[in-house]
Amino acid sequence: MENAKLTAKDFSSNLPVKWCPGCGNFAILNMMQKVMAGMGLPHEKYAVISGIGCSSRFPYYVSTYGFHSIHGRAAAVATGVKLANPELAVWVVTGDGDGLSIGGNHMLHAIRRNIGLKIVLFNNRIYALTKGQASPTTQPGTKTKTTPLGSIDYPFNPASFAVGLGCTFVARGLDNDIAGTTAILERAARHEGTAFVEILQKCVPFSDKEFEPLKDQALRDDMLLRVEHGKPLVFGKDRNRGIVIKDMKPEIVSFSGKAPPEVAVYDETNPGLAYLVSSLTQPEFPVPMGVLRAVRRPSYEELYYDHVKAVGDTKEHELETLLAGPDAWEMK
Amino acid sequence: MTKPKSRNVNVSELSSVTVRFAGDSGDGIQLVGSRFANATAVAGNELSTLPDYPAEIRAPAGSLAGVSGFQISFGDESVLTPGNRPDVLVVMNPAALAVNLKSLEKGSIIVANSDAFVPAALEKAGYAANPLEDGTLDNYRVIAVPANTMTENTLKDSGLPKPQVLKCKNFYMLGILYWMYGLPLESTKEWIENKFKKAPEIAAANAKVLEAGYDYAETTEIFDARFQAKKSAVTPGKYRNLTGNEAAAYALITAAKLLKKKLYYGSYPITPASEILHTLAKHRSNDVVIFQAEDEIAAVCSTIGAAFAGELAATGTSGPGLSLKAEALGLGVIAELPMVIVDVQRGGPSTGLPTKTEQSDLLQAVYGRHGESPLVVLAASSPADCFHTTLEAARIAVKYMTPVVVLTNSYLSNGSEPFRIPKLSELPKFELPPRPGPGDYKPFMRDPETLARPWVWPGLKGYEHRIGGLEKQDVTGAISYDAENHERMTQLRAEKVRRVVKEIPQTRIYGQPEGELLVVGWGSTYGAITSAVSKARREGISVSSVHIRNIFPLPPDLGAAMRRFRKVLVPEENTGQLRMLLRSEYMVEPLGLNKVQGQPLNSDEVLEKIKEVLRGN
Repeated sequence: MENAKLTAKDFSSNLPVKWCPGCGNFAILNMMQKVMAGMGLPHEKYAVISGIGCSSRFPYYVSTYGFHSIHGRAAAVATGVKLANPELAVWVVTGDGDGLSIGGNHMLHAIRRNIGLKIVLFNNRIYALTKGQASPTTQPGTKTKTTPLGSIDYPFNPASFAVGLGCTFVARGLDNDIAGTTAILERAARHEGTAFVEILQKCVPFSDKEFEPLKDQALRDDMLLRVEHGKPLVFGKDRNRGIVIKDMKPEIVSFSGKAPPEVAVYDETNPGLAYLVSSLTQPEFPVPMGVLRAVRRPSYEELYYDHVKAVGDTKEHELETLLAGPDAWEMK
Repeated sequence: MTKPKSRNVNVSELSSVTVRFAGDSGDGIQLVGSRFANATAVAGNELSTLPDYPAEIRAPAGSLAGVSGFQISFGDESVLTPGNRPDVLVVMNPAALAVNLKSLEKGSIIVANSDAFVPAALEKAGYAANPLEDGTLDNYRVIAVPANTMTENTLKDSGLPKPQVLKCKNFYMLGILYWMYGLPLESTKEWIENKFKKAPEIAAANAKVLEAGYDYAETTEIFDARFQAKKSAVTPGKYRNLTGNEAAAYALITAAKLLKKKLYYGSYPITPASEILHTLAKHRSNDVVIFQAEDEIAAVCSTIGAAFAGELAATGTSGPGLSLKAEALGLGVIAELPMVIVDVQRGGPSTGLPTKTEQSDLLQAVYGRHGESPLVVLAASSPADCFHTTLEAARIAVKYMTPVVVLTNSYLSNGSEPFRIPKLSELPKFELPPRPGPGDYKPFMRDPETLARPWVWPGLKGYEHRIGGLEKQDVTGAISYDAENHERMTQLRAEKVRRVVKEIPQTRIYGQPEGELLVVGWGSTYGAITSAVSKARREGISVSSVHIRNIFPLPPDLGAAMRRFRKVLVPEENTGQLRMLLRSEYMVEPLGLNKVQGQPLNSDEVLEKIKEVLRGN
């Protein structure tokens, strides 16, 4: 069982990593190398596919098979890889611009099919590689090079986007929350079907302050809602606040001691609850983190290969029969 | 059992016959056309077919826009095209007559369903009076058949509702045509039985109507002559009738088998390429993987993914789709992954004439990408040749690790001809670039002969590597922004594609190797050019022809071949795209015959141009 001994270091390609110092991507890279090492799969069984953007440099830094493709198309390339060889663990590394703007169509169809891709979307709410334009997740009012007076676009909430599409696994993590995000990635790695993980990630030059309150030691417990299946939606430093859902509307209640029964208990199999909770945003609500949805549904590749199981392989000696079809005739 | 010839009528033998069926798009024209084609094949004829259908699935019934046609030419081995002008036009309604009459020579035969020539239908077709009766058709031999009435009479005891009964009338007309050409009914009856297996009463009704049509022609005195097309002297073997799209699909399955790999075909529906996807969908298996992508871009990107995963990867599309795939093909070129892209050309630009034929994507296929992005382009010359050319494309793709575009078009993809089913031993050998042991492997090391890099895929232990769209360092495959390395890699990619000339057989000249005029063609004009040149030569005209499959790179000996003639003529269904390529590659000045009407060039047009060019001497 040589595979059992693999460590995160074994999954490093030892190439110089070219992200800016302090970039949130370093932490995500370390977490993913650790998760890959822990899966019991050898290097050659991994294919890491990316598009274009800072996050998409990722494949060069892991010692697996990797394909740094073109802008927005990682999910489409990865779909071909997975369908051609369903034995492979296929990871897609993308960003908010790559995966939700130019690649939005491929993203939504990959999720619709429930093809077995592990999609990790690094959300820094900015186009970083092209040096600071507004992205589909840039928050309203944010000043960027293309929105000097503040962005007027309504942004996507990536996790809600995925939940809304019926994605069978949706989670949100944070670049500096190593324990929580590693646990999410581990579950994503074991999920059959499409797993969509949004990781909030800071970009030092262009969105440095973006997630600062979520990381502030003093504030973060009031800002983050850690979602766990079967547990009440409770947050706050003193764990004295909870989310109550009344008439399909979330509200915050304060309490002391044990959470009262009206505080919602999270159910990751409930799509309505997942949509409602994934959509909670600052400043009214804390930002939900964790696995927001996880259900088991046959994956695209399972369904495909199940369909053709009865047919099996076309044997070479059958080629002439196949070419002849039912209507052939003999000419002498 | 073939019906005995009980009536003594004159039977003339013809070297070829052209029949066009025309009617409403709901009249089952394509169905009777393809059955008729099959019957001629079974009778031992060479054949070539061309369906011509409207872009609208169901244009208003009886309208001129809704006329669907199917033309077939059959006879001896001289049949290379679906024919120019039909000898017999079968019309199911007045609109079909109005649309097709102009393509008939005086004296040809019109078989019309006279029951459809009622005032409302006449008006829709723009006729003030019934052309079957008012003298409009005096110069033609008109056979008016009350097909609705006869079909209803035939099925009066069937218990089927009237609309169902009337649906059978196309088989009545087909039966008449079978009698006229002495064709056997069996294969069609078997087909009907199979097709309507789940509705035996419908099968019985269709078969009965088919026979009734045959008997009607046999006993009615209005049919005073029968014809027999000469049989073809073809290579013995097993044959089937294939359209170009089916042929391309079967070639891809065959190529994957020869490589002992899966076939992965990712495609997005587009006219007229969708039948490749449909054909492969029928044969989906553990190793024929088809994927209907969300768009053209996903189709080609997933194909690139499958090539990266180590399977035989292919996609198919038409002109607008090839445009959408252009960026990804650049990735295919720089990542040096093997794949086949079948472009079934249609009238463009934009939606253009989506169901009509053209040859206007040649320059897009050769040059239509950003950057220096050479890839291999081949063109198929006939429906059956779509098999051989697509197979060759796959062979070159994996040998040279390059995307290969196959140009076919609407005419080839929908047209059909007999295809001799090859024996496995007759198929070309496929070879992959050599792959060293994992210790010696570098992603961009090259086979010194072909310059192909090794094909290595996820799952192979010890070969883990990263590729992508960024420029890579020669040999090592590390990311490189080095100026000289970029130039070297650009040249290596170009030189690799140039070396594909080694795969091109010597240029075959039909006719004398030198003389007054060489006609150079490519793709779907093969039949028209060859028929025209052959006819001209029989008339004593000094003309030869060459038909090229290799569009990029071009055959190395083509320049010298052209220079042995005083003039070169390039007929093509565009405004002169191959001509431009030949001019820039060989510094020659060919003349053009250019038709951009959505309709194929025909041999009369080519022959006329040959004569015109030579008159100018």
